[in-house]
Amino acid sequence: MNSLRRILALIVKEFILILKDPKSRLIVVGPPLIQFFVFGYAATYDLKNVRYAVLDESRGALSRQLLARVEGSDTFELARVLSSEKEIDEVINLEEARILLHIGPDFERNLQGGQPATVQVIADGRNPNVAMVALGYLQNIVGQFNRVLAARGVSSRAGPSLQLVDRAWFNDNLQSRWFMVSALGGVISMVVVMILTSLSVAREREFGTFDQLLVAPFTPGEILLGKSMPGLLFGLMNALIFSAGAVWWFNVPFRGTVSALVLSLLCFIVTMVGMGLLVSSFSMTLQQGLLGAFVVMMPAVVLSGLATPIENMPHWLQTMDLVNPVRYIIVALRRIFLEGADVAMIWPQLWPLLIIAGVTLPSAAWLFRHRTQ
Amino acid sequence: MTDSNLFFMRMRGILRKEMLQIIRDPSSIALAIVLPMALLFIFGYGVTLDAENVPIAVVMEDHGSSARDLAARFELSSHFDVIRTNSMVDAIKMVDERLIDGIVRIKEDFSSRVALGETVPVQVILNGVDANRARLIQGYMAGVGEKWAALRRDRGEDGAAPAVSISQRIWFNESAESRNFMVPGLITLIMTLIGILLTALVVAREWERGTMEALLVTPLRRIDLLLGKILPYYLLGMTGMALSVVVATTVFQVPLRGSVLTLLLLSSLFMLASLGFGLFLSAAIRVQFVAAQISVVAGFLPALFLSGLLFDLGSTPLAIQVVSHLVPARYFVAISHTLFMAGDVWPILLPNALVLAFMALVFIGLAFRKLSKRLETS
Amino acid sequence: MTNVVGSVAAARQDAVLSVRNLSKSFTAKNKAVTSGLQDVSLEAMAAQVTGLVGADGAGKTTLIRIAAGLLSPTSGSVTVLGLDSVAESIKIQSRVGYMPQKFGLYQDLTVAENMTLYADLQGVPVAQRSERYEQLLEMTGLAPFTRRRAGALSGGMKQKLGLACALIKSPRMLLLDEPTVGVDPVSRRELWKIVYKLVATDGIGVLVSTAYLDEAERCDHVVVLHEGALLASGTPDDFKKQMQGKVALVSPAAGEPTRPIYTHLASKNHIVDATIRSGRIRAVADNNAVNVVDDALPTGFAGTVAKAAPNFEDSFMLLIPRKGPQFQANGNQPALEKDIANEDVVVETRSLQKFFGDFEAVKKLSFDVHRGEIFGLLGPNGAGKSTTFRMLCGLLPASAGEIRVAGRDLRRSRAWARSRLGYMAQQFSMYGQLSVTENLGFFGKAYGLDRKRLRQRIDWAFEEFGLTPWADKAAGDLPGGYKQRLAMAAALLHEPEILFLDEPTSGVDPFARREFWLRINSFAQQGVTVIVTTHFMEEAEYCDRMLIMSRGDTLAMGTPAEIRALASTEENREPTIEDAFIALAEGQAGEA
Repeated sequence: MNSLRRILALIVKEFILILKDPKSRLIVVGPPLIQFFVFGYAATYDLKNVRYAVLDESRGALSRQLLARVEGSDTFELARVLSSEKEIDEVINLEEARILLHIGPDFERNLQGGQPATVQVIADGRNPNVAMVALGYLQNIVGQFNRVLAARGVSSRAGPSLQLVDRAWFNDNLQSRWFMVSALGGVISMVVVMILTSLSVAREREFGTFDQLLVAPFTPGEILLGKSMPGLLFGLMNALIFSAGAVWWFNVPFRGTVSALVLSLLCFIVTMVGMGLLVSSFSMTLQQGLLGAFVVMMPAVVLSGLATPIENMPHWLQTMDLVNPVRYIIVALRRIFLEGADVAMIWPQLWPLLIIAGVTLPSAAWLFRHRTQ
Repeated sequence: MTDSNLFFMRMRGILRKEMLQIIRDPSSIALAIVLPMALLFIFGYGVTLDAENVPIAVVMEDHGSSARDLAARFELSSHFDVIRTNSMVDAIKMVDERLIDGIVRIKEDFSSRVALGETVPVQVILNGVDANRARLIQGYMAGVGEKWAALRRDRGEDGAAPAVSISQRIWFNESAESRNFMVPGLITLIMTLIGILLTALVVAREWERGTMEALLVTPLRRIDLLLGKILPYYLLGMTGMALSVVVATTVFQVPLRGSVLTLLLLSSLFMLASLGFGLFLSAAIRVQFVAAQISVVAGFLPALFLSGLLFDLGSTPLAIQVVSHLVPARYFVAISHTLFMAGDVWPILLPNALVLAFMALVFIGLAFRKLSKRLETS
Repeated sequence: MTNVVGSVAAARQDAVLSVRNLSKSFTAKNKAVTSGLQDVSLEAMAAQVTGLVGADGAGKTTLIRIAAGLLSPTSGSVTVLGLDSVAESIKIQSRVGYMPQKFGLYQDLTVAENMTLYADLQGVPVAQRSERYEQLLEMTGLAPFTRRRAGALSGGMKQKLGLACALIKSPRMLLLDEPTVGVDPVSRRELWKIVYKLVATDGIGVLVSTAYLDEAERCDHVVVLHEGALLASGTPDDFKKQMQGKVALVSPAAGEPTRPIYTHLASKNHIVDATIRSGRIRAVADNNAVNVVDDALPTGFAGTVAKAAPNFEDSFMLLIPRKGPQFQANGNQPALEKDIANEDVVVETRSLQKFFGDFEAVKKLSFDVHRGEIFGLLGPNGAGKSTTFRMLCGLLPASAGEIRVAGRDLRRSRAWARSRLGYMAQQFSMYGQLSVTENLGFFGKAYGLDRKRLRQRIDWAFEEFGLTPWADKAAGDLPGGYKQRLAMAAALLHEPEILFLDEPTSGVDPFARREFWLRINSFAQQGVTVIVTTHFMEEAEYCDRMLIMSRGDTLAMGTPAEIRALASTEENREPTIEDAFIALAEGQAGEA
């Protein structure tokens, strides 16, 4: 009973400390929300309005038909029509267009004569991802064009051809926004949690109040609990708001169970609180706390699979990445949202989180008392 | 002693002090050297959008030679790790268990239809959770199909090639290496961290610890104070940048096609804009805890998401594009991508550089105004 | 009483500082205007030390900051060395040495690096530096430590380094804002020696604000500020002359305890001030002290009352109007007679040791503290008393030896022990952003007080410490004395058996200090055991027993009378504790 009251007092104090300062109050709720919307729109691999330029030396009916198909797609936006090869360099170099379609003078003639014709495509590789995806789209368009030609008998049927009839499960239209937004909540709430917790002990050390806390009859576990609460609550709150926003604002389907969502977020945030407090109890100053949080966070996010798939990494790095808590929540969130996972299905993502938390939290508690100047 | 001598002496004093403080706090070294190196190695060795060894299942409902031939093509591709199975039900189960990312289903009439020279549908099912990856896999699969058809033509089993084909070339980055794209972005991120995060703390810290008061009563002018804060962190940021560039170009073979001088010049502009922003924050706020949080929210996160270093800005809604124009990192990402992969293309570099120069001026000007020689906030 | 003491114009010397009709008000965010200084005029002369004294919130720091060009006046003007503090602040700043309260040392720079920084900033020619450094290092005794980081210096050494940095360009004027706060008496004397030497040899003018009234007494000229207004100014002698007959010395008969009489007198009307000095009680009355004290003494008092020579402190206590709630010791109750030696031992240590690496910071310390005792832990900066103190309250694990609190081994029952002790840190360690009520509420609950009890205790704290008007104010915004009251209230909320106070009075004005000791006395009489460290040697008189440490070792332990006796010599038959302390500390230094 006494212990409960003490912990409660500690928790209330931690909250007042964060909420008392109007600037800091704003930071806990406002910016994460803005970030969510801004980044929800910004964090996408879906291409839209890719600027392209055309150099059509054939000027025939067939080349116009092909170009009409390109222009009809949402992905591409015509930036410029070139009249000579000399302009190609300039238009790509200056980023006027990221894709150039060059149709040679013999295009029409070849096709009409039953010969294969080539379209030269030049892509700006400065953003290789955009280049590759855009090229993929173009391949599709050309493939369709070929089938139309064959059907109309313009080209001879060139033997059997494969037609890949593809369907993407869980995300029929291959919207990368679904993929990003469903996981974004986890990452943004992680930033909030890490900053709140990594600064919390360091700040009390710098202002001398930590000693006062240590002489009070708190056990390290109680201090740990008190220090965890604001991060836990604000983190969870943010993550849940983001999840709701993902569903209602970005129309990401929510196919899993709410209990799985809450449970996995809770496990993740507890783990991040443990990481933050560990950094914090190592730090003697606020600067060390904040920078320490970044040194932990940056690689964790990069290796989390948020932007680039973990499967693409070499095996040794994948093995090292097993201790990265962020990867688990990202997989869990995506599975819950898009694949309809329930608690049992995400359990493989949860137990590693709990193990990490089981190491970081007690170490942080131990360091409270044993790291003294 | 002349005024300028005195100025240099003051500068020397304050610069030496800042340098010593940087050197003695392990956290600033960690930020400027350890973190960039760690991230560089991660990007260099690991993180890539290019998929290799994607596990897929090839469902063989037909065992004819054409079907086996096609399956073999998938197996030979370095992009795929193929599990052959005869049952679609098994394959679907494997997708659900996340053992595989896609299914290629060769139906029972495949060989016979190929023999008739028809267009034969091959069913492909992909796990679309990671849409980007799914699209890449789609492309790889189409490629395998092309290869299969080309091979048949070579062996004289089939007639002419498809009517229209694409001959593609990717400029600046021939093999579409993600690394070449990620490293310039990484440099932007490191410079943002040093410029905004670290500097946001340093002035606020002097206020909190009371050393600012002692500095203010010396004949230090405002401009000395400002320069004294800018120069060391400028050097630190440029060191982090230079180190990253050297390691990236030597160890990871990332090309640097522009001139080193241009890189130095333009990254300086970006560094100054970031520093100005960081200094302005900490001079205006004077409390480390709050300055730290604001610098993350207003400095770091936008640099990560709204600069185009990960995600293509051209594909975002207009409102986001407008907001992104306020983020200094956006301009530097554009500069560094061009500088690394294309070269000194001034028509691209110049407008971006001018915006950065303008931002640097505005932020440093604001910081200068906020850095008062008096204790009262103005 | 206004500007009647002495006359500024008496000796027309070079004025290094002249303040004319200076007013300064501060506007808070919510547009509330608070007044810092009102219509203050004063002058400070070259080759003189001008002392600025006053209670907390008198405006001393504001005045010094305006003179240094850090704040601009609301009205009136300040001229320093003939330069206007607003228009020519940069010029002033290159001619004046200033030492702020929180000394502006960079903790992660070494002694030499700090000095070089300020030499560069002040534009000291390189050629003159080595000589100047040598001079300053020798003067401050820092020569052996040039390569040590400032953060690792003791409090006294930090202050001396701060002074050295302020003196780096041989300034013509020195502005010192409470330079001796938190400094042990030996270092304090050394610091002042340096200042006086500079005044005598270089003829610089010094303006110093101080909370130590004995320091003010040694100034050439003293200015008393109160709540932003100038109350009086003059030489210390001017002040003392006014006090003739208003001071009495009460000597208790042999065997009669001093403290109860002191508590009794302190609460009487007409007695402005009562202190214990060298085992006697010094009482200041508003008029004819001997008569007033005779009337006030408890019946049955067997000792003697005599007239005493006044000092500056006495006149200061009389000068400053008191207002607000003042502590009333339970003077009317019969003082508890207790024989401390027979009480239970509450804290005991046996061969307590602490190592930092190879360095033995505390060397096999053994002592006992009894219930209801006020036990002082004294020693120069760096003697190991803070380390000992931190081990006693469980903040630092002991390397070897034993600590028993109320009979239990501290190592095994830490949480149990902690719930029985109250702790007041040297640095203000309440949560600055939380209000007074919130702070008290938090610490009360931290010690497990239930709602009803907490309400009672907070009410008690508000009343006892006069905190009611500040209830909703953020703790960080309280004036110094109230911060200290709040910290103490928080430490006492759970009615601890043992109270640990780490330099509780450093940086606190004389009124708050007196009040504080009266409180401590009354708590001790109620059976609370108090362990306290202090740098004010006269405060050691209030202790029942004390332990003087040096270099981690026991130098002396005993009652104030016993300690004083150690220093009794032919020339000085009635040494103060400070004399004894310095004799002991220097004796030790001599041996090494």
